[in-house]
Amino acid sequence: MRDIHEHTAGEDLIIKTSVRLMVPFIQVFGLYVIVHGHYSPGGGFQGGVILGASFILLALAFGMKTSQEYMTVGVNAVLNNLGPAIFIGVGVLCTLFGGLFLDYSALDKLIPLGPVEWRSFGIFLIEIGVGVAVMSIMVLLYWNLSSGGSMDEGL
Amino acid sequence: MNATNLHLFVLVVPLLSALAINLLGRRSRQWIAPMVLGSLAFSVFGSIIIMARVIEHGTLSYTVGNWQPPYGIELVVDPLSALMMVLISVVALLASFSSLKSVEQELPGREHLFFTLYMILIAGLFGLVLTGDAFNLYVLLEITSITTYGLIAMGRGRAALSSFNYIIMGSIGACFYLLGIGYIYILTGTLNMADIARILPTLNAPVATATAIAFALVGLWVKMAFFPLHSWLPNAYSQAPTGAGTMVAPLMTKVTVYLMVRVILSMYTPALVFTHEWIAQGVVWASALAIICGSVLALGQKDLRRMLTYIIVAEVGYMVGGIFLANANGLTGSILHIVNDALMTLCLFLVVAAIIYRQGSVSLVSLQGVFRRMPITMAAFTLGAFAMIGVPPTCGFFSKWYLILGGIDGGHWEFVIALVASSLINAVLFFRIIELAYFGSLQDGDHHEHLSTQRHEAPWWMLSPLVLTAVLLIVVGLSTGPLINNVIRLMIPVGF
Repeated sequence: MRDIHEHTAGEDLIIKTSVRLMVPFIQVFGLYVIVHGHYSPGGGFQGGVILGASFILLALAFGMKTSQEYMTVGVNAVLNNLGPAIFIGVGVLCTLFGGLFLDYSALDKLIPLGPVEWRSFGIFLIEIGVGVAVMSIMVLLYWNLSSGGSMDEGL
Repeated sequence: MNATNLHLFVLVVPLLSALAINLLGRRSRQWIAPMVLGSLAFSVFGSIIIMARVIEHGTLSYTVGNWQPPYGIELVVDPLSALMMVLISVVALLASFSSLKSVEQELPGREHLFFTLYMILIAGLFGLVLTGDAFNLYVLLEITSITTYGLIAMGRGRAALSSFNYIIMGSIGACFYLLGIGYIYILTGTLNMADIARILPTLNAPVATATAIAFALVGLWVKMAFFPLHSWLPNAYSQAPTGAGTMVAPLMTKVTVYLMVRVILSMYTPALVFTHEWIAQGVVWASALAIICGSVLALGQKDLRRMLTYIIVAEVGYMVGGIFLANANGLTGSILHIVNDALMTLCLFLVVAAIIYRQGSVSLVSLQGVFRRMPITMAAFTLGAFAMIGVPPTCGFFSKWYLILGGIDGGHWEFVIALVASSLINAVLFFRIIELAYFGSLQDGDHHEHLSTQRHEAPWWMLSPLVLTAVLLIVVGLSTGPLINNVIRLMIPVGF
């Protein structure tokens, strides 16, 4: 019994050490992919998946509880909704400044960067929203699936 | 801020409230009802203002992000989509009163999850009727379907299995639609509906065009449960939580029928869809079969909610057949029936929700003597039943009248016979229930359950939308003339 438990909890020095080493780099790479998404290959979805994968890796190596120390269920719930809210919020903000929905050049009235620059920066804000949403939903899906919906015990 | 963005706010407000409900609703359920009702009330007012503007100034075109169509995503609000917006918002608002109450009873502690999906579904439905882009339509169709899968799976018993069946069928339907759009994109190089309608007739590629049309239409038929492809619907809709049924059953199939009208009129153009007369004739025969089979299957059910789901299958046959009659009366009847059927189905499902709330079951046995316990609910039920049968002052009569006229115009007597037969079967169905509910005993006398005769009416939250819907059935019926002259006639293409 103890063997199985240790096995599922991933009590393995090699796995734990390599995960501990890899997770920071994975997260930095995830941020890199999000930040570069709007003008080079990458994007919010891909970066979000990579960020989410880093938390799943933590859960696999150290158990679900450990991953929930770094991202609590409450924080996850907030991020779940914050991501789409950033996306929609940017769109609504554009209409409030006299443009059409998601017409970022209208945000020039908020911070004068120039309409062309805002077109680039606006999609960056959207990518951040997508990234946050995808990351938190990935983690939430993993928690739910691996614990049968109870979100406490599991891989 | 000005009114140019109003139709987008009609969509965005329910969407934002979905996020807020998810976040605040898990702390305290006090937040849920005001946010659901507030945002939907906003949508109702917004839609009505847009409807007035569209009737006054003509079709609105809007580009998301100010990228010009055909490259950017275009939203088009013509009279028909404005009408659908009003319909969706009104039905959703009325249904949500009842849903709030029945979800409180059936899914305690999971209300915020339910209403998050519920509001996203409504936002998706608004998106479906607004969009003027073929691929955007696919994405929104999947948003509405996936939220519906979730809502249905929250039900008890075998709901998860029914939802899984629906997922399989729904995904096949979505893939078919996507394949159709893929062909169109290869042919025309554009996804904007107006642009496709402009390029497609000039192509002279009849086989590829026909394949594209066939894939997209069959995909939509799966989604709307057109007769031979209907098998997912009865289980899914009758095992869903009651609160989900009251909103999903009136809206999902009807909006998909709207999508078929939109795809035929604005994208593929009627001339191309109805090129081969035998195809249109075959579809009318199929819908006549759908009407008869749906009605006969409804006759065999022992549960009111299950019976209603088979009636929905028959009603889908009415609307598909009316469109493929390919004449002005048939199309008018179909579009009118989208509105009327949504309201009739809403009325009957609100009754189901009210009865389930009070006595937990709507099996025919448990309906004995329910007139005495819930007189106002059952009065509304009688009105809804009359509308389904097609008794004159109610709205159901007028759309059926146009459909029958269309059938006679097109020489499709099988369709006319199916319509009349289905009305007669509906009369049998509903009068059987009314008799049971009023006089209170099954004739075979086997069931002597103790059912109280004490008056125990449904709560105000469920009764008031029900009474309002029942009144709407007559109001919409009496305002059929203005509805056709101001909205539907504008949509009938030249040459019909």
